Amino acid sequence: MELIKPSFGLIFWMLIGFGIFFFILAKYAWPVITQGIASRNKKIQDQLDEAERVHAELENMNLKHEQMLAQAKMERDDILNEARAISEKLKEDAKLKADAEAQSIIADAKQAIQMEKMKAITDLKNEIANFSINIAEKIMTEELSDKERQEKLIEKWVDETNLN
Amino acid sequence: MICKYYKHVLAGFCVALLLTFFSQSVLAAEEKEFDAGPFIIEHVTDNYGWHICGEGGKSVTIPLPVMLIDNGHFVAFMSNKFHHGEAAYKGYAMGWGEQKGSIVKLTDDYTGHLEEGVDYPVDHVCKFDISITKNVCALIISLILITWIFLSVAKQYKRRPDQAPKGLQAFVEPVIVFLQDEVINPSLGKNAPKYTPFLLTLFFFILFNNLMGLIPIFPGGANLTGNIAVTGVLALLTFFVTQFSGKKEYWKDIINTPGVPWWLKVPIPIMPFVEIIGVFTKPFVLMVRLFANITAGHIIVLGFISLIFIFGQMSPYIGYGVSIVSIFFYLFMSCLELLVAFIQAFVFTLLSAIYIGAACGEEEEELQLAE
Repeated sequence: MELIKPSFGLIFWMLIGFGIFFFILAKYAWPVITQGIASRNKKIQDQLDEAERVHAELENMNLKHEQMLAQAKMERDDILNEARAISEKLKEDAKLKADAEAQSIIADAKQAIQMEKMKAITDLKNEIANFSINIAEKIMTEELSDKERQEKLIEKWVDETNLN
Repeated sequence: MICKYYKHVLAGFCVALLLTFFSQSVLAAEEKEFDAGPFIIEHVTDNYGWHICGEGGKSVTIPLPVMLIDNGHFVAFMSNKFHHGEAAYKGYAMGWGEQKGSIVKLTDDYTGHLEEGVDYPVDHVCKFDISITKNVCALIISLILITWIFLSVAKQYKRRPDQAPKGLQAFVEPVIVFLQDEVINPSLGKNAPKYTPFLLTLFFFILFNNLMGLIPIFPGGANLTGNIAVTGVLALLTFFVTQFSGKKEYWKDIINTPGVPWWLKVPIPIMPFVEIIGVFTKPFVLMVRLFANITAGHIIVLGFISLIFIFGQMSPYIGYGVSIVSIFFYLFMSCLELLVAFIQAFVFTLLSAIYIGAACGEEEEELQLAE
């Protein structure tokens, strides 16, 4: 019976003791501890969130950076291509111009040669004409010196003239 | 090499020490007839003094103050005046027979040895006995210790805010977090902060005293959480907290239980009657469960130890032989009781939280969790 009979004294002391104990812990220990844990949890969570955010930002920046790099590369390629095209064109133009110039020079030379040639031919003709006149004169002088021969020649020229 | 085996050596030494101790006890027990029943009951119930060791007249006992309010007078003296129930002091004596465990007032103010065979007429049993008994003393010691532990833990939180837990703090914190996450918050929902201090106090009080009860020597060894008065007070607190936090729905559900056929409520209110009984059985079961679990564990351990003495009376050699077996069983039981200490503290807190949660109208959430 003693085992299951609650004693008055123990209930009394238990109520007082547990009451004081509960009061002390509920006032000075539990709020501090639970708030401490909660605040630490919050801090850890905040830091995790912050890390996540920074990570995302970094990722974003990386992406932007890469984009910029790609764009820069593209731009460079464009510029290079353009430069190449221009240089190509310049080269082509120069070549064309040089060709044209050469052609004109050649043409000029040809013309000059032609002119010189004509001039030379004319000179030659004149010379030949002079020669011929001289020769003819000589021949004439020679031929007309003889009477018989003069007549023969005149006869011949008359014949020929009649024929024509 | 020494390092490798020192644990075995230490264990062997301990066993040898225990064997010596028990063999001494066996030899001592030979002098007087050993009765296991009273021996066990004496160890699991409350006492006016704190028995350390030894038997009878040679025993070492810490005397504790006896305080009585008898007929409006305050009477106080030390418990060693009783000489283990063999003497009376100013007419006060330890009760026997039906009054065992209480203090009785004899008809005459007799001080001195109580002779055996002489009939001392009892005037009345002292009802208002607020003596600092063994359990009260253990209660005070444990309360001071737990208060000190948690105040120092709280101080650590204040001194090093938002830092990783260290030392005692790291030891206590996982338990608190576990209780908050697994017991208090699921059962109480949004009301949790209001009841967290009570439930945490309850848990650590029960756990600490369960563990103190497992230590066989002073300042442990008092069967505090295996005392029906202590568990009764704890259950009573849960009962009051539950009733005072009861919302309108809680009382409505008791009077008019939903989901029950109408003929169980009208004309004979069977269900309301059952529900009202349930209000009282819940804390009653809390009280009995903790008391029975802890006391049963202690009784089994004491039973194993009693075996040594019982066999020792037949022959000291059988006593030695049995003591080896008994000690191993004792160690096994202690491990089991260690587990029970945690489980019972957890169960008491969990059920308290669920009862309070049900009264606060958090039952639906609880059901959702169960699904």
